[in-house]
Amino acid sequence: MSEQLSLFEKIGGEAAVDAAVDIFYRKVLSDDRISAFFEGVDMDKQAAKQKSFLTMAFGGPHNYTGLDMRLGHAHLVERGLNDSHVDAVIEDLGATLRELNVGEDLIAQVAAIAESTRNDVLCR
Amino acid sequence: MVTIRYAKDNFELNENQSVLDCLTGHGVPVPFSCRSGVCQTCLMRATGGTPPEISQHGLKDSLKLQNYFLACVCHPSADLEVALPDDDDIQAVIPATVKSLKLLNADIMHVVLECHLPIDYRAGQFINLFQNQSLGRSYSLASVPHEDEHLHLHVRRLPQGRVSGWIHEELRPGETVEIRGPGGDCFYIPGNTEQGLILIGTGSGLAPLYGIIRDALSQGHSGPIHLFHGSRDLNGLYLTGELHDLVQQYANFNYVPCLSGDDVPHGFAAGRADDVAFQQIPNLKNWRMFLCGHPEMVKIAKKKAFMAGASMKDIYVDAFNVSQSS
Repeated sequence: MSEQLSLFEKIGGEAAVDAAVDIFYRKVLSDDRISAFFEGVDMDKQAAKQKSFLTMAFGGPHNYTGLDMRLGHAHLVERGLNDSHVDAVIEDLGATLRELNVGEDLIAQVAAIAESTRNDVLCR
Repeated sequence: MVTIRYAKDNFELNENQSVLDCLTGHGVPVPFSCRSGVCQTCLMRATGGTPPEISQHGLKDSLKLQNYFLACVCHPSADLEVALPDDDDIQAVIPATVKSLKLLNADIMHVVLECHLPIDYRAGQFINLFQNQSLGRSYSLASVPHEDEHLHLHVRRLPQGRVSGWIHEELRPGETVEIRGPGGDCFYIPGNTEQGLILIGTGSGLAPLYGIIRDALSQGHSGPIHLFHGSRDLNGLYLTGELHDLVQQYANFNYVPCLSGDDVPHGFAAGRADDVAFQQIPNLKNWRMFLCGHPEMVKIAKKKAFMAGASMKDIYVDAFNVSQSS
């Protein structure tokens, strides 16, 4: 085989995102460290945002820029969003993938992509 | 050359250009974010023409059926007339004659309307009913197309409600009113007929649910269908006879009237409708949920249903928000 599968393909592509989105969103909502940031938001819109985040973290197609990340989280940074909350999200992401039997090497790659957005998300 | 029509303006779509790029390029304020068909921020609706299938990928079925699409991944090969979801003028005004008015209980009026033009709707959607040009309110449809000849509404009289007060006090059969619609994505999607349905409603939130249930049954839905209708006391419940008749007629339909007040006679469940439902069916994995009525109940029940295993795409809601300018 000369063709290398991308991370997105190895994880299972869009079907994997679809399988992960409900599980991930449930974990985030029941995670006391971060659930307060999701109070009162439109759940359908939030689920769609989680889906685009997961697509990006899984190495899938996206057009997010650092600026989009900053604009999208600035109001949360004002409310105290910090490193510990980003840690929690990355942890929940890993737990979601473990539940879907994704291998640890792939989970580490996903975590690294999520990690790469940290400074933009925290607006620094 | 493909033309995109938005609010009476015609824009030419360049080759390889998305509808989003075309519109924003001409200064139309379409919100967007991911630009790759995932985040659904650039949701729009085709009011003329058919959006390409790929531009509807990932949308809820009820939105697909109403020709909603994602502008950032929409490359139509034929002309398209489009609108933003919040555009008010998305539909024309239709005159309708009041056929009958009948109280269902002390506060809720059964309103039957005969449209002067055919209206294509699904049971559970809502229409806007206008008292005059600038004063209208949304009411859910309890009728089922093909089953019921006319439109049926359950209008609850609100304290100081201008439109509901007018409907209860002044409107008479034979008068003509103006309506606009339908709208809303809380309705039954045919298919997956063995899936279990749970419907939770408070007060006149029964209106869309009564339509959805009869729609599902008439389309041969074979999975279990559980209705939990809640009110504080007996006087708040209505259509109980009709619902008990449906239970007799369909083995897969179950009706649980719930009373949250102190006096709960035999045959009724004690507690709020959502609490009773989640107690009786604690694991909601693979269930389809319909939540209608009081906005606070809908909000809480939606989150509870999701946390109890229902998939987000399987939760349909219709929150009866009371207008601030009542």
